[in-house]
Order: sequence, then C-alpha cells, then structure tokens
Amino acid sequence: MAEGILKQILDYSNRSNPYPLYEELRKTPVFHDGTGPYVISTYHDIQSLLHDPRLSSDAHNLTATAGDPLAGGEGGGGGEEAALPPSFLKLDPPEHDRLRRMTNRPFGPPHSPHRIEGMRDDLHGIVSGLIDNLGDPGRIDLVDQFAYPFPVTMICRLLGVPREDEPRFHSWADTIAAGLDPDPDADPAERLRVTHDARMELGMYLAGLIEERRKNPQDDMLSELAAGHGQDDTMSTMELLSTSALLLIAGHETTVNLITNGMLTLLRHPDVLADLRENPELVVPLVEELLRFEPPVQLLPQRTPLVDIEVRGVTIPKGSSMWLVLASGNRDPDRFENPDRFDPYRKDIQHLGLGSGIHSCFGAPLARLEAQLALSELARRLDNPGLVEDPPPYRQNAVLRGPRHLEITCDGIRP
Amino acid sequence: MPDGSLDRLKREGRIVVVGASLAGLRAAETLRDKGFEGTLTMIGDEPYEPYDRPPLSKQVLLGKATADHTALPRRREIDAEWRLGVPASGLDMATRRVKLADGDEVPYDRLMIATGVRARPWPNEAEGELDGVFVLRTRDDGVGLARHLDAGPRRVLVIGAGFTGSEIASACRERGLEVTVAERGDAPLVGALGGVIGAVAAEMHRENGVDLRTGVMVTRLEGDTTGRVRAAHFSDGTTLECDVVVVSLGAQRNTEWLAGSGLGAGPRGIACDAGCRAFDVRGIVTDDVFVAGDVARSPHPLFGYQFLSLEHWGNAVAQAETAAHNMLSESSDRRPHIWVPAFWSSQFGVNIKSVGVPSMGTEIMITQGSRAERRFTGVYGYQGRVIGAVTFDNCRWLQFYEQQIEATAPFPPPFPTVDRRSDGQRPIPADFPDPSVPTHGPTITLSGYSPADRRMTFTPAGH
Ligand SMILES: Cc1cc2nc3c(=O)[nH]c(=O)nc-3n(C[C@H](O)[C@H](O)[C@H](O)COP(=O)(O)OP(=O)(O)OC[C@H]3O[C@@H](n4cnc5c(N)ncnc54)[C@H](O)[C@@H]3O)c2cc1C
Repeated sequence: MAEGILKQILDYSNRSNPYPLYEELRKTPVFHDGTGPYVISTYHDIQSLLHDPRLSSDAHNLTATAGDPLAGGEGGGGGEEAALPPSFLKLDPPEHDRLRRMTNRPFGPPHSPHRIEGMRDDLHGIVSGLIDNLGDPGRIDLVDQFAYPFPVTMICRLLGVPREDEPRFHSWADTIAAGLDPDPDADPAERLRVTHDARMELGMYLAGLIEERRKNPQDDMLSELAAGHGQDDTMSTMELLSTSALLLIAGHETTVNLITNGMLTLLRHPDVLADLRENPELVVPLVEELLRFEPPVQLLPQRTPLVDIEVRGVTIPKGSSMWLVLASGNRDPDRFENPDRFDPYRKDIQHLGLGSGIHSCFGAPLARLEAQLALSELARRLDNPGLVEDPPPYRQNAVLRGPRHLEITCDGIRP
Repeated sequence: MPDGSLDRLKREGRIVVVGASLAGLRAAETLRDKGFEGTLTMIGDEPYEPYDRPPLSKQVLLGKATADHTALPRRREIDAEWRLGVPASGLDMATRRVKLADGDEVPYDRLMIATGVRARPWPNEAEGELDGVFVLRTRDDGVGLARHLDAGPRRVLVIGAGFTGSEIASACRERGLEVTVAERGDAPLVGALGGVIGAVAAEMHRENGVDLRTGVMVTRLEGDTTGRVRAAHFSDGTTLECDVVVVSLGAQRNTEWLAGSGLGAGPRGIACDAGCRAFDVRGIVTDDVFVAGDVARSPHPLFGYQFLSLEHWGNAVAQAETAAHNMLSESSDRRPHIWVPAFWSSQFGVNIKSVGVPSMGTEIMITQGSRAERRFTGVYGYQGRVIGAVTFDNCRWLQFYEQQIEATAPFPPPFPTVDRRSDGQRPIPADFPDPSVPTHGPTITLSGYSPADRRMTFTPAGH
C-alpha cells in the first residue's frame, strides 16, 4: 500500500496538498521500498536524527544511491563539485563549523548582533513600496508582485549584490533550485548538466563581484566576508564563492514560499487574518505556526549514516541516502495536538520548519523578520482580500514547495 | 479509589508554597494550569517577586542587565496571596501549618517546599563582613557586586573556580578588570567535570588574562582601618592586594527552618521520593509535603537510585512541574521526576553544557571536535556505559548524547561520528579528584518523549 508513495509525493498533481500522503508515510516511520532512500517522517525520529553525530551531510559518504531520485543533483555531490566546492550546507564539522562561523561573523551575534534588527527600517520601506505599487487591486499576483521581489531585494542588499543584475542570477537560482527537485520525469544527466552550468555561471558572476569588493569594500556581507579576519579566519576564494552562492539562493527560494504560503493560509482562515489586522503582535507566533503548518522546505534529502544505524528497529546501512521529511514531522499527531489545524494560538510550538541541529537554517532571523513584516503589513493594508483560485498553481519543486502564482483581489489598498 | 477528596482539594483546597523563586513560581503556575482553583499562598523571605539567578553572574556583572530587571517571565496568572519578605520559620506537620517569622501561621492541605540553597559564606564571619567581600546568590548580592565592579577596583579576587566563580572571573576580564582566581583543586571546574576538562578551563582562564592560582587556599582576608578589604593571604605564604573579593565556595541548603518538624530535612537537602513527596525523619514518605528545586534530594533510577541534589535551573523547573502535577493527582496518575540532569554555563565567550552526571564518570573520550580549539564533545564513561557528556561550543549534538545516557549505551561509543579527531580515538581517565563510586546494580533505562509517556525499563543485574 505504501508502495509508490514516494512517487506520489513527487508527483506534481499532489503538490497542492501533500499532507495526506505524509500521513500515510508516517504509518511506516522508516520507509524504504527496496532501492530508494530511507524516508523518515515522524517528529521525534527526525528531531533525534538531526542531532545524531553518526549522520553525515557530506555527499562523499553516500554510497548506496540507486533509486534515489535526488542523487546527483544539488542533493548529491557530483554536479556541484565540478563547478564550486560544496557549501557548508553539505559539509560536516570541522569544515562546516569553520565556514558557518565565519559567515556568521558579519551576520549575527556575537560579532554583529544588530545586523538584522538594523535592517528593520529597510525591510519596512521595501514592503511599503511594494504594496504601494501593487496596482489594480482587482488583479494582484502576490508572488510576482510581492513575495518574490521582497526577499530578493533584501538578500541583494544584505550581500551587496546589485539589484539590477537580478534578471541574470534569477534564472541561475531557478535552475539550481530546480536541481533539488526530484522530478521523476526529468532526465538526471541533463539536470546535472544544466545545474552544473548554472552554478558555474553564478560562481563566475560572484567572483567578479567579490574581486570588486576586495578593491572597494562597502558595508555589506560580501565585502566583510572577502576581507576575512586574520590568518585562520579567512575563506579561500572558492569557499567564498560557494558560501555566497548558498546565501543568494537560499535568500531567494525559501522566504518567497514562506510569505506566499502564509498569505494563502491567512486567506483560508479569515478569522485569523482579521485578528492579525487588529493585533499585529500576533504575527510572531503566527509565523512560527506557519513554519510548522506549511514549511517552505518540505524535506532534507542530504543525510547519510557513517555506520549502520538502527531507527525504530530498522537497520539503515552505512552510506544509504536518507530523507528527513520535515513537513511530515510537523504534522505528527504524536507531537502536536490537532496537527492539521492551523492554530497560531497554540502554546507549544517547536517545529522542524527551520531544521534543527548544526545545519538549522542559517538565515532564520532574517526569514522570520521578513515574513513577520510582510504578513502584518499585507493584513493591515489590503482591504477585504480574497483568493481568486484555490488551490493556486504550485511550482514544480516538491522540496522547496510553494505556489507559483497567488492571484488575489481586494477592494482597495489602505494607506 | 477516588473518593472525591481530590476534586474538593482542586476546588477549594489550600496550597502553600514556601520559597518564592524559580521552582516555587513554576509549581504555582502548573497548579493553576492543572485546574487548581483553591487558595494559593506564596511565602518568600526575599522582598522581591520571583527573579532569575543565572543572569546574576553573567549579563548583570557585564552591565548588560541590571539585577532588578531579572524578574522571571510569567507563564500565566497565578492569582496567589503573596507573603514576601518574611521567612517561614517552622512547620507543624500534625496540624498542617507553616509558621512565619512574624508570628503568623498559614494552614495548608498540601505544602510545596522550594527554599533552594544559599551561598556558603566565608568561614570567618568578621572577615566576611568586610566591605568589598561578596557572595553571589541573590539579587541584592548582584546589585552590590555590580556596583563595586563599576567603581573600577584595581584587583578582584575570586575564591573558588566552580561554575559561578569562573563566570565571575570571565565577566571581570570582559570588563577589563584585573582578576585573580584562587582554587584549592588542581584546575577550575574539576569537581564537576574532572581534570581533563579542568585543564581546558585553566587554559581558558589564563589565555584571557586571569591570574589563576590552583592548589592553593585563601587563609585570611585583611581589611584596612575603615573596614574595607585590602588583601588576601594564601596558604603558600603569599599575599595579594585586592579591593573586591567574591567568595564562591558552593552552597548550603535552606533547611534549618524545618529543624524539629519531623521532616527528613538536613544539610544535604530534603529527601523525597521520585514523585517529589518528602520523606519524614523515619524514612516514610509523606502524602502532603512536596519538594522541588535546589533544596530537593531525590533518587534517580537511571543512576542506580542515587539520591541526587542538583543545583540546576532546568531541574528546578521540571521538578516543580512534576511536583505540582503529583500534588493534584491520584496515586496511580503520579509521575516520577526522572529528569536527566543538564546544566549550562557561559564563560570566556564559550558556551558550556553538560548532561547526565559527568562526575560519576571514571573515563572520558573526546568524540567530536578538539580540546585545542575549545570546540568539542566529551563523553563520560562509568563501568562500560555512557553516564554523562559535556560540550564546549558544540551543544547542538548534546541531545544525542542525552539519549545515549538514557539508553545506558555502551562506553566507549563503538561507532564513528562526524568530526572525530585523532585525539578522540580512545578514552582516557577523566581525572576526578575523588571518584565517588556508586554500587553496581540492576539498570534502568529511560525512553519516551513527553513527561506523560516517559517509560522506565528495568533490567536485572547480570544482563
Ligand atoms: C549566580 C548564579 C548563576 C547560576 N547559573 C546557572 C546556570 O548557568 N545554569 C543553571 O542550570 N543553573 C544556574 N544557577 C542555578 C539556578 O539558579 C538554580 O538551580 C535555581 O535558582 C534553583 O531554583 P530554586 O527555586 O530551587 O531555588 P532558589 O532560586 O534558590 O529559590 C529559593 C528561594 O527560597 C527562599 N527561601 C529560603 N529559605 C526560605 C524560608 N525559610 N522561607 C521563605 N523563603 C525562603 C530563598 O530566599 C529563595 O528566594 C545559577 C545560580 C546562581 C546563584
């Protein structure tokens, strides 16, 4: 019965609501159909495995990949390595720790405790501007007109990437993100090639920028990363390239879904939307509940055990590919009461939406702030908003899941 | 058989909490959460509403928070009668009354004791009263010490290099103050974490400019004519000029007020069962007196039923919640407090965390990272099983090791881990000054996640 369930999850026709399939999946908490990945779907198992030092994120340790629709793409080692070395997302400590620490220096505490809070006014300005320019309130595509441009503008500003270049790296980012999508119909070799080329071009583009910043440092993260801090604390140029590529792409492809999923969910729950309009501070727990209810990253395909490990009595052989289905863990009734209910008032919300352990989302503070500002402002300013189409059309990607368009109407835009 | 008395207790009973701090507050909140509608009285000898202590040796000394702004966040309304600024002075278990120092008496149906510990004072009373000599336990201590540090003393002497002493030294250095640490043992933190980790801590002190003196005792504090401290004399014959001294020699349990009450309370704390019910002096468990937090001493099945007293923030919270739950439950619904000890500290920019009972460990193995980089995980072994773990700037792995402890997993861990370095290939003696060796017996393992589905599995000895 569970046969073929992975295929169904990947099947585009189930994109708008994969949750019943996850429920099915949880009946076999360690799911394996002979050749493919070992799929882990319950909250506590995922949570434990994310803290398990016997699990590697480094694709070099992957051996048994037969039948894994994600092997070889961005998820695997091959395609990426030839273009750029793996980013810290796909490294184990100590390399992971070293790179993440250095990346954090210009980004967060203890060295840069005010960076994100300091962007609040900027963020607010961009949100206001985008809402001001939504145009005809009868025809708004929230993705193209708001949810996409907002985080992209922000990540460009943070890194110091010229916003005008967006059309160029937009397509590279799209291609690279698509490489993470286990589209069963795509030709893996072709996907590998396209992803590789996109990473190559993005790398070359970033190399030019970094070169420029070395000569002319600005107050942005690229400049600070390029400058380094002392002998031990400098990234090689290749490390710098893959780190900035990671930030640029992650800054592109995730928050857009968080915001869009958020607005979609709010429009499906008008009472919550109304409450948010009255009580803007509700947005803080609301975004946490969103990260549980509709996480932008549905699953982590990048883990492999260094040794045979046992999970719920099932032995997962060393080198196997493992998928941790965060979105399923988030709806696990053994962890959350009424997991399928969107309830921003729930008391106990420790979701997996931003991962956990050493690879937990690096950009989390920024993503949270972006989503909070975006949703509270949309709630405040859109007069009587409504969905044109439910469900909306989704993007192809099953891993980075979200609507491709979100058409809404409203009676007007408030000042 | 439920006879309705529990319902009556919930509806109109009287619950008294003595000790209005972390454990007391969390217990009170839990009681209300569980539907207790009766009268709740909170008795505390300090004049303040419940506040948080860990910041006192961290943010407060750094000037990042003030001691009077560390009030504990409230989880909910508790609608209590507060008797603050007056100590409880006695207990009459027969008539179920708590006596207060002001002569009042407060009757109860259920009593919760959470009086915690206090700092062990400098043994020579007159020296301890010199201006500039501090302990650090209370908000008032924090205010006084922070003020003296603000004044820019020429040298601070910290006596005792346990967690609190080390944190104080770290804060002083961060403020650019000259600081000497005197420790009787061979290294900082040896008592809690052993000599192998103590050596790392010692390096941390020295690299951060602390004048660390180990294997030495302070024998006398000397004041000037105005009653201000001016120097300390050491057992090696040396003298140190200093104008602030922080005595950080551990804690004493606040149990004196229970003398003669018939409760099993003494210098080592108040003994209770795993359900937080206090023992009386005959070793018989009471049904209406519960204990939680630093003052409690309870048997832990996972650690050979040893009575553990823990001075850990997380323990106070978890034990208070369990005690409150049990206070309002039929005996069959009671839960054991089988919290796995966990502790954190932050000093010299390093985040230190431990789980389990490292001090029971005889061996340690560095399973991840490296001591030289001060980013590592050390696992403690005791008779072939994992008994504790410590991380320096590596805490995201700790949950795994906690599960290893709960499962009484074999030591040394037989599997490879990410970030295993060459110095972590085999265990070495953990090097505790005085290994306390509990008897070998049957084992208990823990499983399950939420308090409600936590399970113990009993394995007879010899298996
Ligand atoms: C400076 C400092 C730093 C710390 N840092 C950490 C840390 O980093 N990590 C960690 O895990 N733990 C830390 N701790 C320990 C943690 O604060 C304690 O474990 C926790 O406060 C215990 O709570 P409690 O309610 O049991 O006891 P307490 O907080 O001590 O509360 C007991 C209360 O009862 C009062 N009382 C005593 N006798 C009577 C009486 N007869 N009548 C009425 N009231 C009475 C006391 O005055 C006190 O207010 C630290 C403690 C200190 C002092």
